[in-house]
Amino acid sequence: MPKITYISHDGKKNTIEVPNGLSVMEGALQNNIEGIDADCGGSMACATCHVYVSENWFDKIEKIHDAEQDMLDMAYEPKKNSRLSCQIIVSSDLDGLEVVTPLKQT
Amino acid sequence: MIKTDAIIIGAGPTGMFAAHQLGIIGLKCEIIDNLDRAGGQCIELYPDKPIYDIPAIPECTGEELTNSLLKQIKPFKANFHLGQRVEEIKQENNLWSLKTNKGNIFSAPNVIIAGGVGSFEPRKLTIKEAEKFEGSQIFYSVTNKDLFKNKKIIIFGGGDSALDWALELSKKNEITLVHRRTEFRGAAHTLSEIKQKEKDGKILVKTPYNLKSIEGDKTMTGIEIENEDGSLEKINADYILSFFGLIMKLGPIAEWGLNIDKKTIPVNTETFETNKKGIFAIGDICTYPGKLKLILSGFHEGALAARACFKRAKPNEIYRFEFTTASKSIHDRLGVKK
Repeated sequence: MPKITYISHDGKKNTIEVPNGLSVMEGALQNNIEGIDADCGGSMACATCHVYVSENWFDKIEKIHDAEQDMLDMAYEPKKNSRLSCQIIVSSDLDGLEVVTPLKQT
Repeated sequence: MIKTDAIIIGAGPTGMFAAHQLGIIGLKCEIIDNLDRAGGQCIELYPDKPIYDIPAIPECTGEELTNSLLKQIKPFKANFHLGQRVEEIKQENNLWSLKTNKGNIFSAPNVIIAGGVGSFEPRKLTIKEAEKFEGSQIFYSVTNKDLFKNKKIIIFGGGDSALDWALELSKKNEITLVHRRTEFRGAAHTLSEIKQKEKDGKILVKTPYNLKSIEGDKTMTGIEIENEDGSLEKINADYILSFFGLIMKLGPIAEWGLNIDKKTIPVNTETFETNKKGIFAIGDICTYPGKLKLILSGFHEGALAARACFKRAKPNEIYRFEFTTASKSIHDRLGVKK
């Protein structure tokens, strides 16, 4: 199973096995990872599952769509490497992915 | 004080359908919502997006669903109390007394919480100093645009609200529009109008910039913004308007003595009652084994909660299950003419 590492804003690492096909957001929620709220439940309507993806991983993830980019405008302190974790679907290619959660989501 | 059979907190699809189910069995209700219109997440987050999983409706938008539900519950004349949030809830014998932030007081044996993920609030600027000037020089909505006449205004955001207000206020003010990326999200004609105003020097567009700091002690004098490349720029300003959409906050509900698990309220799936007798929770805000956050689940939950309300609202009457197709009393309640 692919391993996903969730890093909190202050550097605490949590590595979790997330099954293929789940989103990075769902992996966090199912394993009680703090720092991801996901208020809308993954319908890309709230920007509270916002994460930063390290540069070497950013290009390996499926490209960001306009609707996600629009939603990221609403996120807490979005950066160039921001993504909504509900839109990152775990696959074997993403084994080892590291995402950093922002200081807060709202 | 308004007395009724059930008070519904939340005017989203689940809350509205609960009103329908109460109406069908002959109970009255009042609906309270923090937003200024009915529809909840459907109307606030995805009014134009299609929904494909409402039973018997192959496709509809959030707005269409809201309008259909409003039509469906119309015969029951449920009162909507919009733009207000329930702040307090108190038990008085077998009744619950609720008070909103507008001072309205309600009393009923039943309270149905259909609050979704909580009440919507504007997403605020993340710089700490923003709080100090909120309501005096920093605003998250416009209630009185005359305040801004002939002033220097900075608008943050890249969506329709930011763009529409930039256009509107540029008639009488100096506008700087700041956005974190070069693309804006808005209707095509709005975007072309913004371009034109930019050309005419009526709107100064600053992208890709983020807010870095807010300057001023007693009054805000200006801000510093940071380009994506790290370069900084200062801008003088009398007012800031910020439009970063809405967030959902559980708010006062968390302090009502209800069991809460990860921002949701555990319920008994027979009645959808919470740990407090006479307080029910349905829709996204409730949780139980197997819970699905679907609108259709909310409808089912409201139907059962409504039946449970009957016993408390009319303790001396016996509830009889009836079908809407055949029941004369339901037809009367619906105002069906033969």
